[in-house]
Amino acid sequence: MNRSVTDVEHKPVASANRWFSRAQREGSPWRGLGVVFLKELADNLSSARMLVLEFLMLLFGAVVVYIAAEQLREGTAEDPFLFMRLFAPPREPLLTFVTVISILVPLMAIGLGFDAINGEHNRRTLSRILAQPIYRDALLLGKFLAALATLTISLVILWLLVIGFGLVRLGIPPNGEELARALVFLLVTVCYAGVWLALAMLFSVVFRAPATAALTTLGLWLFFALLWPALARPIAELIAPPDIRYLMLGLPTPDTLMWQIALARLSPGTLYSEAITAILNPETRALGPLFLDQLQGMVRGAPLPFWESVALAWPQTVALIAAAILLFVVGYILFQRQEVRA
Amino acid sequence: MSDTVIEVNGLTKRYGATTAVDGISFTISRGEIFGLLGPNGAGKTTTILMLLGLSDVTAGTVRVLGHDPGREPLQVKSRVGYLPDSVGFYDNLTAFENLIYTARLIGIPAAERQERIEAALERVGLSSVADARVGTFSRGMRQRLGLAEILMKKAAIAILDEPTSGLDPQATAELLEIIRGLRRDGVAVLLSSHLLDRVQSICDRVALFDKGRIVLMGTVPQLARQVLGGGYHVEVEADGAGLADKLAQVPGVRSVERLGPSRFRLLSEDDVRPQAAAAVVNAGGALRRLSVEEPSLDAIYNRYFQNREVAHAA
Repeated sequence: MNRSVTDVEHKPVASANRWFSRAQREGSPWRGLGVVFLKELADNLSSARMLVLEFLMLLFGAVVVYIAAEQLREGTAEDPFLFMRLFAPPREPLLTFVTVISILVPLMAIGLGFDAINGEHNRRTLSRILAQPIYRDALLLGKFLAALATLTISLVILWLLVIGFGLVRLGIPPNGEELARALVFLLVTVCYAGVWLALAMLFSVVFRAPATAALTTLGLWLFFALLWPALARPIAELIAPPDIRYLMLGLPTPDTLMWQIALARLSPGTLYSEAITAILNPETRALGPLFLDQLQGMVRGAPLPFWESVALAWPQTVALIAAAILLFVVGYILFQRQEVRA
Repeated sequence: MSDTVIEVNGLTKRYGATTAVDGISFTISRGEIFGLLGPNGAGKTTTILMLLGLSDVTAGTVRVLGHDPGREPLQVKSRVGYLPDSVGFYDNLTAFENLIYTARLIGIPAAERQERIEAALERVGLSSVADARVGTFSRGMRQRLGLAEILMKKAAIAILDEPTSGLDPQATAELLEIIRGLRRDGVAVLLSSHLLDRVQSICDRVALFDKGRIVLMGTVPQLARQVLGGGYHVEVEADGAGLADKLAQVPGVRSVERLGPSRFRLLSEDDVRPQAAAAVVNAGGALRRLSVEEPSLDAIYNRYFQNREVAHAA
């Protein structure tokens, strides 16, 4: 974003350096970032919208975790990862904590981002704010970071509540590794939220009416959450038709399967659930088809060490972060080009 | 140190095939109130946006306080105050909080913020509502808050886009008084408006925009001379014989119109009341009444567009 020229020149030529520095913007694009960030954060935390969403999240989260805790109390305490079962129960009831989070977090992110820029347009404050000595970079990034911080605060509160509740109800404290996994779960969730936040802010730049931005983002979210997993398979079969030999054996064709998995991973929801599965279910050895060579040396049912699980979830997390950055950059470019009229 | 604060040369803005602003040039000096007039869509707001660096320039140059707003926006924006058309504030925050936000963005040191904001609110008459939410403000109060922001900024130039639109006469008068106060502080004011008689009362010079070009520029008397052929109407009520001819001979009088047996209306380039009075007395007439009507911007504006239509029709 800062059009500075890094040390690419091997032999710095005085006149060329002067030309490069003339082409650079004067002043810092991050000037005013802290001011915008703090003001937006204060607005978010005190807005009615956020209170409703937080209340919903706490309510759903609390109910689900309570049910999970009751289930666990009936079961055995031999499990070395008892705390993790609080987040992702092995018997997969209808509504788990992770499911609730994966629905509510995009909702909150969209709720925070959909009127970021078009709201300022409609309130007629945008031209007044941009007439102050700040760049548009600071405004956009300040709003993004403030929304992300608001989400993180809400998630941390929920997270702490769940851990505290688990401590009280289950009677045993989480060990170090469980705590580490829970922390990574929090971080990955924030990355996931960042993707939807960036998308909502992108639409808030594109559409002048906040309602349109909100509905479009929600529509895309529903599409990716509900429809896309079902569409991945037919599209994969279209691109790489299944081999008759594998069909006869009742096995999936490797190529088709690879395409199916790759297409499914285009949805941020899929990436998130894969990463979370790796982190919260320590027995997870692979995200995707399990190949025979991976099974070599495996002890069935033995959990992966912490860093191995993180390595397993790392590609998905990086993909989420990359998607968030990409969407933010597109929104940034469009915002820079937009003309601001009072 | 040069007195010119804004210098525009051949400024052009094109949106695809449409030309919104077509090669305009003007300069504005310190402490001057410059009016931008013209119908809607003539290019006034677009020009203002280019002066602030909020819109890209297609061709031509702009220099605000010596800086190019496109290349050095921070320098320009820290010294120019902008009051947009129907300005908006954050309704959930108080007036004070809104100004604090702007003060932080400008970079006013924390020690000075409180004092400058209070002084600015005092000057626009909003001290009593400093802690009230802006959502409760009337339109006039919002405009005044916008001016308070410019005062707080201690800007060298104030650009006001339709500051009096939608205000009742009292609020308009108060706003114009604040703007005069700005001039007294040596601030250059660029004002765009439809309300011609109000504009006339405070502007030093005006520029008339039409379809992206400046077609008339200068002080009101200059424009009156140019468009109306003089603009001063001097009404003389006097008894006497042959006064019409005597009055027509007064230097500067373009025409004499007889309104009644003793009433004459002179169209002149200047305020010729003393000369008219002298002419009447020298001719032996009895002067009963003498009054002058300054050239009206309204009349200039209407005559200009009338002429333009006639030219088109012809």
